[in-house]
Amino acid sequence: MARLLLDGLSVSLGETAIVRELTLAVAERQVVGLIGPNGSGKTTALRCVYRALRPSGGAVRIDDRDLTRMPLRDSARLVAALTQEGRADLDFTVEEVVALGRAPHLRGNQPLSARERELCRRAMAQMEVLHLAGRGVLSLSGGERQRVLVARALVQEPQVLVLDEPTNHLDLHHQIRLLSMLKDAGPGVLVTLHDLNLAASACDRLAVLSHGRLVACGTPADVLTEELLRESFGVEASVVPHPLTGVPQVLYALGP
Amino acid sequence: MTTPSEPPPAATFAMPLTVALLAGVLAVSVLLAIGLGAAAVPPGETLRYLWAAVTGGTITAGDVTAYQIIWQVRTPRVLLAVLVGAGLSVVGVAIQAMVRNALADPYVLGVSSGASAGAVLVGVTGALTALGVYAVSAGAFLGALLVSALVYLASREAGGLTPLRLVLTGVAMAFGFQAVMSLIVYFVPDGESTSTVLFWSMGGFGAATWGALPVVAAAVAVTVVVLRRLGRSLDVLALGDETSASLGVDTVRLRRGLFVLTSLATGAMVAVSGAIGFVGLVLPHLVRLWTGAAHVRVLTIAPLAGAIFMVWADLVARTLVAPRELPLGVITALVGVPVFVVLLRRRGYLLGGR
Repeated sequence: MARLLLDGLSVSLGETAIVRELTLAVAERQVVGLIGPNGSGKTTALRCVYRALRPSGGAVRIDDRDLTRMPLRDSARLVAALTQEGRADLDFTVEEVVALGRAPHLRGNQPLSARERELCRRAMAQMEVLHLAGRGVLSLSGGERQRVLVARALVQEPQVLVLDEPTNHLDLHHQIRLLSMLKDAGPGVLVTLHDLNLAASACDRLAVLSHGRLVACGTPADVLTEELLRESFGVEASVVPHPLTGVPQVLYALGP
Repeated sequence: MTTPSEPPPAATFAMPLTVALLAGVLAVSVLLAIGLGAAAVPPGETLRYLWAAVTGGTITAGDVTAYQIIWQVRTPRVLLAVLVGAGLSVVGVAIQAMVRNALADPYVLGVSSGASAGAVLVGVTGALTALGVYAVSAGAFLGALLVSALVYLASREAGGLTPLRLVLTGVAMAFGFQAVMSLIVYFVPDGESTSTVLFWSMGGFGAATWGALPVVAAAVAVTVVVLRRLGRSLDVLALGDETSASLGVDTVRLRRGLFVLTSLATGAMVAVSGAIGFVGLVLPHLVRLWTGAAHVRVLTIAPLAGAIFMVWADLVARTLVAPRELPLGVITALVGVPVFVVLLRRRGYLLGGR
């Protein structure tokens, strides 16, 4: 059964349709990559899943419950998100920001239990930010901050993890580490990525958006074709299988 | 390097001690401030008068003047300073969180200019005479609420109150009401309206009476308690609106609640003390420097720190050039501005920007 189901999701801002009847499923333990050129509606679709935006049509379901009709607090226990939002306003410590991931599970100012503190510590260790625990978040580099925010999303213990461009600011080591971690993270993952090669390696399925419409969906081998790159991304490129894993990899040749 | 079994930050543990310490300092400050002034009364005597007043005890005939000064004039004045200092500090914290701006203070939404205009209007037209000595305060409160309501209506949109719109509307409204005020003063150029304007824009506790205390006390107490309970939600809000939604915090509802609460509290304070500047701006930053950014801690320490600061600022205002009294806003600005500049230049403290 699909854990997360975008069911005919539509979003219009004024007259403009940003997302048009998008239907997409993410199964348990599955990593689904949402790819597409700039302005194709990827972020808008994700915003509906983490409740920052109310869709104008369709539904977002988790295990057949409609998220869009749930109190925010309830949906926050099911879906955690890494948004594109930049820095925090205040100089919280890394530890404090990660602990805020427990907010939907706690009443008011109720302190974290020993289990929850251990959960935070593990998430920080997993994202390699444990040594930064006492540092102020405003003094972190972009990549460090990104890893702290992923750790915060992990301690939310969601059923579905939504990540909007998680590899932004990350160095190669941390890009690969984060994406390989997603594979066995437990919850279903819906992620937008710009790097198609990383997307092909990290995702079980890829969904391609173009002008708000789903134009292809399937395994990376099915989806990533030279024809699709030409039509949806406007790019002439060669697609070759990876010599070790066999997943499709995109090679670009810049024009003469 | 943090070890795996590291307990939560030390500030959490030092909290009860810090609160006890600050409460002690506040109590001593209050006692000293009640005793000191044009006619200084030693702390022992002060205590004796206060004890007599509270328990209904007796004093000798020779003590009556001193007792009057202590109990009828200075005690309500110092207690009002405690309340307003505490209130402005926590409202400053809340407003900065609400509009996501480190430079916001309780008056950023135009409340003070509305209060001044309301007070002057009542003074000039003689409206609200039914309220007797509270007429001008009531006028100020209504003026403050009117501005708040206008700012709310003007900055409301489909997605709730957006921080930038709120600030811009507030600033614009402040200019508008200052113009209205100037107009009144221009057409009714008596000395009284001018001094009313000066009082409301600089602030002071010279008009403090026992009668004014209960309303302010209730407003400040409710504000402190409610804001402190919202501590973790305010933390989440500071991570941004998108993130807040993903963490289950309804920013539209939270902002609306904060707006109503802070407007009422600021209105109630401005009505009795005028617009005392810099406390609501500087104290939150000073406290954060000490406790870190987490709102539960900030909102525990800020009311105490703000109260202590205000008691001493008021004491300086009324004793520095005694028997004349300096406007309180002058003192808070003279202390507040240098402190703020030092704060901004201090390495390692980021006001949310670099």
